[in-house]
Amino acid sequence: MAGAREIRTKIKSVANTRKVTRALEMVSASKIRKAQELMRASRPYARLMRQAIGHIARADTEYEHPFLKARAEVRRVGYIVVSTDRGLCGGLNSNLFRTLLNDIGAWQARGVEVDVICIGQKATQFFRRLNVNMVASVTHLGEKPQIAQLIGVIKVMLDAYTEGRVDRLMLSYNDFINTMSQKPVVDALLPLPPTEEAPSAYNWDYIYEPDPATVLDHVLTRYIESLVYQAVLENLASEHAARMVAMKSASDNATKAIDSLTLVYNKARQAAITQEISEIVGGAAAV
Amino acid sequence: MTTIRCDIVSAEEEIFSGRASMVIATGEMGELGIAPRHAPLITRLKPGQVRVQLENGGEQFFYVSGGILEVQPTVVTVLTDTAIRAKDLDEAAARKAKHEAERALSDRSDALSLAQAQAQLAQAVAQLQALERLRRSLKH
Repeated sequence: MAGAREIRTKIKSVANTRKVTRALEMVSASKIRKAQELMRASRPYARLMRQAIGHIARADTEYEHPFLKARAEVRRVGYIVVSTDRGLCGGLNSNLFRTLLNDIGAWQARGVEVDVICIGQKATQFFRRLNVNMVASVTHLGEKPQIAQLIGVIKVMLDAYTEGRVDRLMLSYNDFINTMSQKPVVDALLPLPPTEEAPSAYNWDYIYEPDPATVLDHVLTRYIESLVYQAVLENLASEHAARMVAMKSASDNATKAIDSLTLVYNKARQAAITQEISEIVGGAAAV
Repeated sequence: MTTIRCDIVSAEEEIFSGRASMVIATGEMGELGIAPRHAPLITRLKPGQVRVQLENGGEQFFYVSGGILEVQPTVVTVLTDTAIRAKDLDEAAARKAKHEAERALSDRSDALSLAQAQAQLAQAVAQLQALERLRRSLKH
């Protein structure tokens, strides 16, 4: 019965693994909801910001903010990469990195250099091994990321852009479409694409305090920050969704493995019993 | 009594939304009181209080650590910052983020040895599994 015992131990260990994957699946399922809640809560801010930028950009034609002006020559591109801190979430991160590498490769083929900023442990680990220039990173944002945690990395890139060290800024993250699908995206962050708003019926302008340039600068910086923040939230929701799906299929696989192992175990047991009986019968016949 | 719609939001949550008879905030150029049908205005806010006088005569206070106040004839929007923001604080945060990247780049050896150890462990587990399978097939 030595073989049978081994199989029994194996069944037990697979059952334990299934317990863990089940638990992870359930935890992720509840966290998705919280992450979606955060996503929804952050939307009005960005919407109102966009509205204000649309007004200001139209109102003041003399001052052209660098964030709104496309540069003719692109020598260096900056990427803000949003990834997860932890693994066990299927191909979420690797899909994102693959999309990203295609994009980066296209720039490098044209002789454009690339700077990368990493949000999340996985991106930091990934880009450390690559031949790209990682200028800043932030990890361990937790379940409820806050904008304050992101200010540093964003400022590094915005400064680089203002000072002309970077001519274009991209934002890359996993877009949460629904629980079953997340899409890796690479969006242009700077220069900001022109806002397409229907011009109002009558002309009006704000009273600016202190002046349009200062206000616009302030608003644009906050707007970029809120965009990156939203990307982080989208990625968080994607992470939990991907983990839930991955853990669900792991649990299903474990169930299948247990079923087939049980079958093998029963066969082994049966074989042992049959053998014993035939030995007894053989022994009795010999007497 | 005429009222004005007031929305106070931060990047992380909606803080207040409702009708107000007056909104009082500390702008960069001084204290502002916004009554209904105020001319369109946009200003930066200093850290301080935002007071919302409700139509029933009550009053609500919110502390904001800076932000933007936008006024349109029928609506006042306060876009608040969630953290105290100052130039040198922001710069310190930026320095920290840079430092973080440098640290991640420099302890390459640690992570590499960890990855190697993990690979070796995975290999050992695979070998054990193969042995087990072999032993089982020999027994049958």
